[in-house]
Amino acid sequence: MTRWHDFIEKDGRPPAWPYPIHYDKEQEIDTDVLIIGGGIAGCWAAISAARKGVRVTLVEKGDTVRSGAGGPGCDHWCNAPANPLSNVDPDEWAQHMTEPPYSNGIGTQIQCREDWDTLLEMEQMGGKIRDTKDEYVGAKGRDEKTKLMISPRYTKVHSYIPGMQKPVTLKSNPEGKLNNVVIRVWGSTFKPVLKRECKRLGVKIFDRVMVTSLLTEKGVQGARVIGATGFNNRTGEFMVFKSKAAVLATAGDWSLFLMNTELAGYNFFRSRTTTGDGAAMAWRAGAALTVMERNGVLMLGTGFKHTWYGGAGDASYENVPIVDANGKRLPWPTQGWEDAGAMRPTPENMEKIIKGIQSGEYALPFYGDFPGMPEVERRATWKLMLGEESTTRNITESYEKGGFDPAKHLLQNYSFIEGNSPAQWRTAGGGGPVVDWDLKSTLDGLYVAGEQTFSAGDHSYAAATGRYAGRKAADYSQQVGKAEISKDQVTLEKARIYAPVRRTEGIDWKELHAGIARAMQYFCSEYKTEHLLKMGLDALKEIEEVFVPRLYALDPHKLMRGIEDLSLLAHGQAIINASLARKASSRMLNFLRIDYPKVDPPDWHKFVTVQMENNKVKVGEMPLDYWGDMKANYEARNKDYAGVYQGK
Amino acid sequence: MAKKTYALPNITTPATPVIFNPEICNGCNHCVEVCQVDVYIPNPEKGKPPVILHPDECWYCGCCVNDCPRPGSIAFNWPVQQRAYWKDKATGKVLRDSQ
Repeated sequence: MTRWHDFIEKDGRPPAWPYPIHYDKEQEIDTDVLIIGGGIAGCWAAISAARKGVRVTLVEKGDTVRSGAGGPGCDHWCNAPANPLSNVDPDEWAQHMTEPPYSNGIGTQIQCREDWDTLLEMEQMGGKIRDTKDEYVGAKGRDEKTKLMISPRYTKVHSYIPGMQKPVTLKSNPEGKLNNVVIRVWGSTFKPVLKRECKRLGVKIFDRVMVTSLLTEKGVQGARVIGATGFNNRTGEFMVFKSKAAVLATAGDWSLFLMNTELAGYNFFRSRTTTGDGAAMAWRAGAALTVMERNGVLMLGTGFKHTWYGGAGDASYENVPIVDANGKRLPWPTQGWEDAGAMRPTPENMEKIIKGIQSGEYALPFYGDFPGMPEVERRATWKLMLGEESTTRNITESYEKGGFDPAKHLLQNYSFIEGNSPAQWRTAGGGGPVVDWDLKSTLDGLYVAGEQTFSAGDHSYAAATGRYAGRKAADYSQQVGKAEISKDQVTLEKARIYAPVRRTEGIDWKELHAGIARAMQYFCSEYKTEHLLKMGLDALKEIEEVFVPRLYALDPHKLMRGIEDLSLLAHGQAIINASLARKASSRMLNFLRIDYPKVDPPDWHKFVTVQMENNKVKVGEMPLDYWGDMKANYEARNKDYAGVYQGK
Repeated sequence: MAKKTYALPNITTPATPVIFNPEICNGCNHCVEVCQVDVYIPNPEKGKPPVILHPDECWYCGCCVNDCPRPGSIAFNWPVQQRAYWKDKATGKVLRDSQ
């Protein structure tokens, strides 16, 4: 009896909701630093703030022990140019990483300077970062003295974008040597030790609580952030958090453009919890957001295709040669030692592969030739890389249980036979609040970390920026006084949150999500014009005015999913407004305006910002290097940086 | 045919991202806690495996299986359309995860 309909068949009724329902209860929590989101960035922010001696509260939608994209694990620690085996200068590497336009130079500089210290602190807490059991002696990249294992990723080439792959040459990198900036780690050990350390330091953790809005001084949009509201997604209890500083450590938004109603959690690369709540609440509170117009392409993990990582070579299988059905090697890079980390075929090679398929030169399907690899490299890829990567241990273990033996079997690849994704399947490409050198947003009292800082969602970036934002927020909290929460703001938010459980019928969260996603697909995807984008704003407005008032939730869990839809809706509105504001196409933003077809014209080499002022959208812009001299500004703002934690 | 037939809607597909072994599982509910998305709720009967309430929200992260303190209590169960294919290099025989 583990399926709910079993209970109907046995007892004639479904099981009762297992948690007490407290829609009418309210809890108030007073803290110095409030951390919103308990993933990698949030845990690190909580730990570094708590180590500064202030009171810290962390709020997480799931359970902090395994929540977030990095909760299940992580196999490589990116951009650690300060590690002892690195062959590059951290500041030069940071400059290099920021070369592609619309990246975040501030976050990248922080990552490159502090990422290695962060990893050493992870080791102090009990996370495994070295091959201490000598399991991989003889593997390339393994250093006998430190027992660190350098990853082949990005060792010379690092780009997912075909045509952008070029060997990296850095002044500090000696000729003929790899850069050694990425370290293999045993990341499945990380999240539980982060939670343990939070608890040890006295961080007050509220698991299964969704933060729904930021509270501002006098309830005014654009004023200082002085707290947040939330509710427990098992009991429905309302929470009011009063804080001196808050860190927004929420994830991006991976499901705005696509909803598969039966596989609601399997739409995308991330769990359904990543619904852009942070950007949405910052937007409503009046923070300036940037890079909102960028789109990502949702290639895999949609539920309509094979699982990401579930087939050889479809994601990143280090060092596994890809062969055709007859065993013929393909010019497909291995993201490994022989091609120095390249992941996607060059446009020329891709054309060659496609022509080869059509002419019969390459027979489908393709396979990952695990048996053809040296034994230790095969084991490192299968057990360490895939065993420790975020959601891949269950793949290796369940395949093994099903009889797969990497020493004997070629693992099938699903490229080409599952087809390409429609261009309308997109991700909301990682925009977020504008940040300064303290990782502070444009609102006082609001700091930002991790993927939310208009940046890539990699694990070590989240860790390093979380750790940084936590200490800056702690410093700020010691300089400011308390503020009064606006009762009206809380009352309005309560009415918004509980409306779906007050109704006795209506549409559920899945249908609302599907409606929002379809509007984004039609009006803000492959074909963008002023007219289509304005239709998109009208479509979202119609959803807001007609269908949101019909949103219905059976229980606190489904209520959370419904409120997440409202985040998606606000996120979509911010994205369309930013898309209207950028009157030029851009390759790096995956942003094509039919009515402004010029790609990356020089006068549009700038960040576009959008923010709400008196509930009206205000558009702005910032230079692409608004952070100034990265090295000088980092150093000026961090004279007191103490390096690796030495305290208890 | 003594079993009563109820008028039930179609069952959410896929409905069983994992399969519990009630012989080994002691209903500790650790999997209920590690799940990011609350796929499970505790079983109303203490000591029994959890109830899979929201299988459609599973993102197949595997934490419930990986972190289970009583190995064998819970096994991963890929939806049919997500099962993997592989091929024996020596014989060329195509195989499938058909657990």
